Amino acid sequence: MTTKTKILTFVQKYTMIIALVLVTAFFAWRTGGKLLLPQNLTNIIAQNAYVFVLATGMLLCILTGGNIDLSVGSVVCFVGTVGAVMMRGDLNMWLAVLVMLGVGLLIGAWQAFWISYVKVPPFITTLSGMMVFRGLSNVVLQGKTVSVTNEKFVRLFGGGANCYVPDFFHGEGINILCVVVGIIACALYLFFTLRSRSIRKRNGLEVDSLAKTLIKAIVIVGVVMFFAMRLAQYKGIPMALLWVAVVVLIYTYITSKTTVGRYLYAIGGNETATKLSGIDTRKIYFFAYANMGLLAGLAGILTIARMTSAQPTYGQNYEMDAIGSCFIGGASAYGGVGTVPGVIIGALLMGVINIGMSIMGVDANYQKVVKGLVLLAAVIFDVLSKKKGN
Amino acid sequence: MADNILEMRGITKEFPGVKALDDVNFVVKRGSIHALVGENGAGKSTLMNVLSGWYPYGTYEGDIVYEGEVCKFTNIKDSENKGIVIIHQELALVPYMSIGENMFLGNEQGKKYAIDWDKTHAEATKYLKIVGLTESSKTLIKDIGVGKQQMVEIAKALAKNARLMILDEPTSSLNEADSQALLDLLLEFKKQGMTSIIISHKINEVSYVADDITVLRDGRTIETLTKGVDDFSEDRIIRGMVGRELEDRFPKRYGVEIGDVSLEVKNWNVYHPIYTDKKVIDDVSFHVRKGEVVGFSGLMGAGRTELAMSIFGRSYGTEISGTCEIHGKEVKLHSPRQAIDAGLAYVTEDRKGNGLILSNPISVNTTLANLKGVCRRGVIDHDKELSVAEEYRKKLNTKTPSVLQNVGNLSGGNQQKVLLAKWMYADPDILILDEPTRGIDVGAKYEIYCIINDLVAEGKSVIMISSELPEVLGMSDRIYVLNEGRIVGEFDAAEASQEKIMACILSTEPAKEEKEKEQ
Repeated sequence: MTTKTKILTFVQKYTMIIALVLVTAFFAWRTGGKLLLPQNLTNIIAQNAYVFVLATGMLLCILTGGNIDLSVGSVVCFVGTVGAVMMRGDLNMWLAVLVMLGVGLLIGAWQAFWISYVKVPPFITTLSGMMVFRGLSNVVLQGKTVSVTNEKFVRLFGGGANCYVPDFFHGEGINILCVVVGIIACALYLFFTLRSRSIRKRNGLEVDSLAKTLIKAIVIVGVVMFFAMRLAQYKGIPMALLWVAVVVLIYTYITSKTTVGRYLYAIGGNETATKLSGIDTRKIYFFAYANMGLLAGLAGILTIARMTSAQPTYGQNYEMDAIGSCFIGGASAYGGVGTVPGVIIGALLMGVINIGMSIMGVDANYQKVVKGLVLLAAVIFDVLSKKKGN
Repeated sequence: MADNILEMRGITKEFPGVKALDDVNFVVKRGSIHALVGENGAGKSTLMNVLSGWYPYGTYEGDIVYEGEVCKFTNIKDSENKGIVIIHQELALVPYMSIGENMFLGNEQGKKYAIDWDKTHAEATKYLKIVGLTESSKTLIKDIGVGKQQMVEIAKALAKNARLMILDEPTSSLNEADSQALLDLLLEFKKQGMTSIIISHKINEVSYVADDITVLRDGRTIETLTKGVDDFSEDRIIRGMVGRELEDRFPKRYGVEIGDVSLEVKNWNVYHPIYTDKKVIDDVSFHVRKGEVVGFSGLMGAGRTELAMSIFGRSYGTEISGTCEIHGKEVKLHSPRQAIDAGLAYVTEDRKGNGLILSNPISVNTTLANLKGVCRRGVIDHDKELSVAEEYRKKLNTKTPSVLQNVGNLSGGNQQKVLLAKWMYADPDILILDEPTRGIDVGAKYEIYCIINDLVAEGKSVIMISSELPEVLGMSDRIYVLNEGRIVGEFDAAEASQEKIMACILSTEPAKEEKEKEQ
């Protein structure tokens, strides 16, 4: 391999990470370093928690063949509405959370049934859902705002002023728990990478060179620790990050390690071949869309907690943020290609651009223009770099 | 000195890391049919893509001399303007458009902003007549068979004023009768002065139709044989292609014991999934024994694939009736999963469309039908998966740098091996192989035959559906002949011959015509 093709394969493999680094560097420069201030890094996570969660669910739908779910914004709103109304009385918070997730899952299952077993095109099923649940939210709220006053709920799901994981170590000026968690995460990462490497080596399978593994590890550990230190300098780990991390870990595992995950990719790659391989593709579609409902439920919870209220307009365009993140993060519009970490990078890229421009004081309308163009540019870049490889 | 319409001199074409063509010289005489043969990956298609301008001037070395002048095509339109028209292996027709619309797609009659439909259909009808089609030019492409679609492609080429027609594997999806018609049409065109280049894997067709044969191997011209001068026998051509003598095209099976009946199907009836009153399979009964290779012969559309798929968990058809016994026990198979669990495997004829996930690596494809084998409680063991894929790569001699290679990057023969690996890993007792050697080269075919022999030697049963009679005759222990959804003949390998099978099919044809007349 010549140096040129080596660079090319590197760029192809890490296109979006490189883009994220460049964009972050750009905004860090333009904002005079403000972007990387502890508070702003915290905000990128907290403000975009719903995008991370929804994009993860959306990825599973997109994997099945570029199918999207247009209803998630409305479902977020409806679930939030149901929760807010229930908690207006003195309902147990955990019961409310369970009901909200249940409602999300039920809505997901409703749409999933039509999509998988009756073969109504997903676009139409979820377009219907988009209208139905927006309308129902309005009906339930009667056009008004219902505030969420349950302190515990708000704090737990990342709303209000004090929505951080408490520092058990009571550090002064720095959140020690956050640093400790960062170190543990890095240690776990190193342990698992090196362990799987040695197992693969023992089984006679191909492994990356030690130097490459180490460089990769150093970069990842560096980024994680930088992030952890920054968060520690502010108020510590936002609760929202905790939920996002849980979702990301679970779904990374599902998509890469389980049979269901494998079948999602297989359907997107070749549905007939998958069917003829003895796989009930209907169940897989059902899983993808029912799961989307569940995650929309979680996003609904995060949204009303952050806003401490429910309004009929909440969740508007959330579906577009999720879909955009997926495609920016390297998911294929034809299905079968895409990863959860990729999608998270896509969502981060959008988040950094958002907050970067806000700090710079760019007009909100121009922000939209820029975001739209970035979506197009990201995909163009991806398409072109792949084409060159061939 | 012969009058040459085309000379390609010293063509060299490199892709990153691969020299696809290496100093290829290729000369075509005016008014002749010139065949280009070679194994998959020999560079036939690349050479034709250079000629048609798909790879523009400057991306290759060497000269193209056409009609006495050096040509520098920058795109396909350039070469078409000169009368060089290429017909690709995969038909490039739009199913929901009419014949006429397809024929003039990109070459619309009338003005750009006002298409002259009367002229379009009049012209289309003219060319349809030349290729011997009686269909109206307003018939939709999806409503005519593959054989006729191929004819439409040729008519389309004629409509572009082709003087040099390039046909890439024109008969790969046609049955014997349609193939014959197409080849005869080429001979007819030759009489009128048309020059054709035909790329084909079917050596018997090539020696039938061609005046000259150029053999490519590993991107180099090996030799050019001329009719009447050189030996034109199939063995001779194959020797040039593979670079060695293939003593026997079908490997012998030794000491394979044929045992008890493993699969028995009785009174099987299947109706068309959309036209539910059309009977596709009509009262078919057959059986297969342990260690036996049973061939299913018949024309395209005889219902062989439909029969196989309807048995394989009702993947085709409606109102399926009849009984199916595996190892003497009646089974009811309602989904592919049940069929696989009962020990059946159906290896599709359409490996790209229905068989493989081209965008996924070999390893993923290998385990798809038996993911449980590399799983523990729903969690995939990636390392185990890789070693399974690696095991089958070695066993089937799949040529690939790594099992992490995407299947789409492999040649046809290697894709077929991955498809076989997938079903072998599902560990079935009975394998239905539908056209297992379609579109793959002679060397890979031989390897597939060896795999079939290994399978029956392990005590498995193989049902082989094939349109190539020599293959059915060479590989089967017993042969069923299917026509119009019915079994019209059964032969032991010893007593079967190409003539007998064809006669068997043809003798049932008139009956059908009479039936149509009655209606």
